[in-house]
Amino acid sequence: MNIGSGSLVGVPSSTSSWKSGDVVSDQFPVGLRVLVVDDDPTCLRILEKMLRNCHYEVTKCNRAEIALSLLRENKNGFDIVISDVHMPDMDGFKLLEHIGLEMDLPVIMMSADDSKDVVMRGVTHGAYDYLIKPVRIEALKNIWQHVVRKKKHDWKDNNFDQSGSMEEGDRQQKLSEDVDYSSSANEGNWKNSKKRKEEEDEADERDDTSTLKKPRVVWSVELHQQFVQAVHQLGIDKAVPKKILELMNVPGLTRENVASHLQKYRLYLRRLSGVSQHQNELNNSFMGRPDATFGAISSLNGLDLQAIAAAGQIPAQSLATLQAAALGRSATKSAISMPLGDQRNLFSFENSKLRFPEGQQQLNNSNKQIDLLHGIPTNMEPKQLASLHHPSQSFVGMNMQVNSTTQHNNSLLMRMSQPQPRAQMLNGANNGSQVSRLPLSMQQSLSSEGIPGAVLAQSGIVDNVRGTVYNPVSQASSMVDFSVDQRQELQSYNFSLGSNSSGMSTLTNRRMLHEEVNSDMKGSRGFPSNYDIFNELHQPKSQNWGLQNVGSTFDSSHHPSIQGTQGVSSQLLLQQGISSTHNSGQNRNDPSGKPMYSNGEESGHSNPMGGPQLNSVGRNMLAVKAERFPDADYQSTFFPEQFGQDDLMSTFLKQQGSVGPVETEFGFDGYTLDNLPV
Amino acid sequence: MEVGQLQRSFVEYMASLFREGFLDAQFSQLQQLQDDSNPDFVVEVVSLFFEDSERLLNDLTMALDQPNVEFKQVDAHVHQLKGSSSSVGAQRVKNCCVPFRICCEEQNTEACLRCLQQIKQEYLLVKNKLQTLFELEQQIVASGGAIPMVQ
Repeated sequence: MNIGSGSLVGVPSSTSSWKSGDVVSDQFPVGLRVLVVDDDPTCLRILEKMLRNCHYEVTKCNRAEIALSLLRENKNGFDIVISDVHMPDMDGFKLLEHIGLEMDLPVIMMSADDSKDVVMRGVTHGAYDYLIKPVRIEALKNIWQHVVRKKKHDWKDNNFDQSGSMEEGDRQQKLSEDVDYSSSANEGNWKNSKKRKEEEDEADERDDTSTLKKPRVVWSVELHQQFVQAVHQLGIDKAVPKKILELMNVPGLTRENVASHLQKYRLYLRRLSGVSQHQNELNNSFMGRPDATFGAISSLNGLDLQAIAAAGQIPAQSLATLQAAALGRSATKSAISMPLGDQRNLFSFENSKLRFPEGQQQLNNSNKQIDLLHGIPTNMEPKQLASLHHPSQSFVGMNMQVNSTTQHNNSLLMRMSQPQPRAQMLNGANNGSQVSRLPLSMQQSLSSEGIPGAVLAQSGIVDNVRGTVYNPVSQASSMVDFSVDQRQELQSYNFSLGSNSSGMSTLTNRRMLHEEVNSDMKGSRGFPSNYDIFNELHQPKSQNWGLQNVGSTFDSSHHPSIQGTQGVSSQLLLQQGISSTHNSGQNRNDPSGKPMYSNGEESGHSNPMGGPQLNSVGRNMLAVKAERFPDADYQSTFFPEQFGQDDLMSTFLKQQGSVGPVETEFGFDGYTLDNLPV
Repeated sequence: MEVGQLQRSFVEYMASLFREGFLDAQFSQLQQLQDDSNPDFVVEVVSLFFEDSERLLNDLTMALDQPNVEFKQVDAHVHQLKGSSSSVGAQRVKNCCVPFRICCEEQNTEACLRCLQQIKQEYLLVKNKLQTLFELEQQIVASGGAIPMVQ
């Protein structure tokens, strides 16, 4: 990438080996933070030394799992990852997918194997480059280009929907503020070079500068809720970043951030609608796969499908198909066309966290992602839920919110479990987002699920009330299952699956999605709990919510387990991704609350990866739901099955306790069982 | 032996290793990486290589000793050995890995055993050579001399 046309003005070359003319500032990319993963100690040591010689900041690790946890703990702690292909504990490509989905960092693969098919796998999995061992230092010197290129793409993607153009001033400012790789001294140069670039090529420069070091925006639950509300207010079709930004009125938020978030959200909605159909099935199956799939799901955006496929769950091709279908639009656009990395980006608000059930935090993070996807209000605060009341929009919002807050979701779910409110809500909610505004608690759960619920309403699949109610929960799972359960009429679930960016409105049957979703959902399975709801909800219209999707594998008895398994505060099921505890049955079971519970959580944490729990949970959830739904009497089914709201709540709360953050977010008060209209 | 002589021996020895194909350009890269902040870098890396290789060779021996040889596993080991040997510049060891992998693909136990034998020999040879080289280095340093850069 050629940052500067000519050699840098007065840029002293820090390393003689730097390619001249390609360095924007004399200091950049000094200080680039690299994580290198290789089980071969010899190679690892050599790489470390080489990278140090390039003036990069190196962290080495010899196991993929350790690498992942390092990345998760330090969300923004690394700029690029270099990984070996063949590792004993995890396939390098799998790691690549995980990273892509959760952290959205550029990943470079390397191997002594230079056979074409392996290199091709790298390409299809979205690797930014492929190095053949023995790696020479010259090859490492230029890896920074991938970081810049990616940022540039991200920037473009983010601004794709923008009606206007980015303010240059903002960018410039951001650039100067953000760019500081090695020392402030470089900023001057950086700016200078940037200015130069601008003259030469404004667009490019903008991308480079603005994207180079944009601070990452953390889409917290509140923020996401605000976002969703704004979107609803404007109408999903008319929501443009500029207006959303104005409505949100959040200082420091840029149109760019909103645009990228919007894009992800749309994908999520789309996924939801498409997934609902298959959700149930998918979810179940999905849930089975706790890891990767779940993670994949988190980013369910169409893109994720890719990841999921890559994960091996779905053949790449089918993935593409799924994505296309799921998205309900040209696959190219969002899903498949986007490189995996980009895709991940879509929903990675803090999704990465969600994805992995590692902890509440994760849940939340992942929930965020998932939330978006399924609208499971994992973290939705009670208040938020309330606000969600307004139809469809709110629902969607809820979902979104929910997702973002895995933790909350749990609480939400709990709430949601309140069947009664849900029914109300469900009805109310619809609109694409059928979010039936269930009472706060309900809503929350709905959020994630809400979408499904909402969708359901629309599609008529769900009894609505039920669907929605469950949806939230299952949605979360469905989100996960998005790929998986697409088939099911879950459409509404699809939401949760997250893949539906279009959200609720698209619930209309994305049957096609469902197929894809199912496969994709694998990842989402992680969500099991949430998704289950979705799946259930989405169950073919003909069915009552009862069980459409639910693989009916869940048995209410599972509930308890789910929660426990979840471990993550996410309480729920959602842990699907996170915890393989397939308590899903449990989660699901609580339509009243549990599923929601889990969904919320799941959505929150949408850790697709964390999935195992979720998956199982989700499944359970689904199963449970399915069982529950059999009759139209949502409420009755809903609640009775519930383990007893109280039980749920307590379980939930207990989990919450562990979660810690969740509690704070929601202030659990919202969740108190009192609120739940049992 | 006086320093100058030691140094000359060192240089010659090093050159011969390259000439005979025991070491390749990658080894030079390692030498270039060595600097004041990591004065023993080459020795450190090569030691890691020795440890790793011996472990892999043991694993290979065991794997090929099974009644039902798991060729995928064998291949994975060989692949790893190829990676590490190429990273340190142990050219001849690396070159043995290529036919070895082909034998794995063909699932030919006999051929694999032969490959294993050969790779063990090459490994021992290069290990010996490198250890001699390091000893020469130590002697030079002990005599107060500087290690000549061979490139």
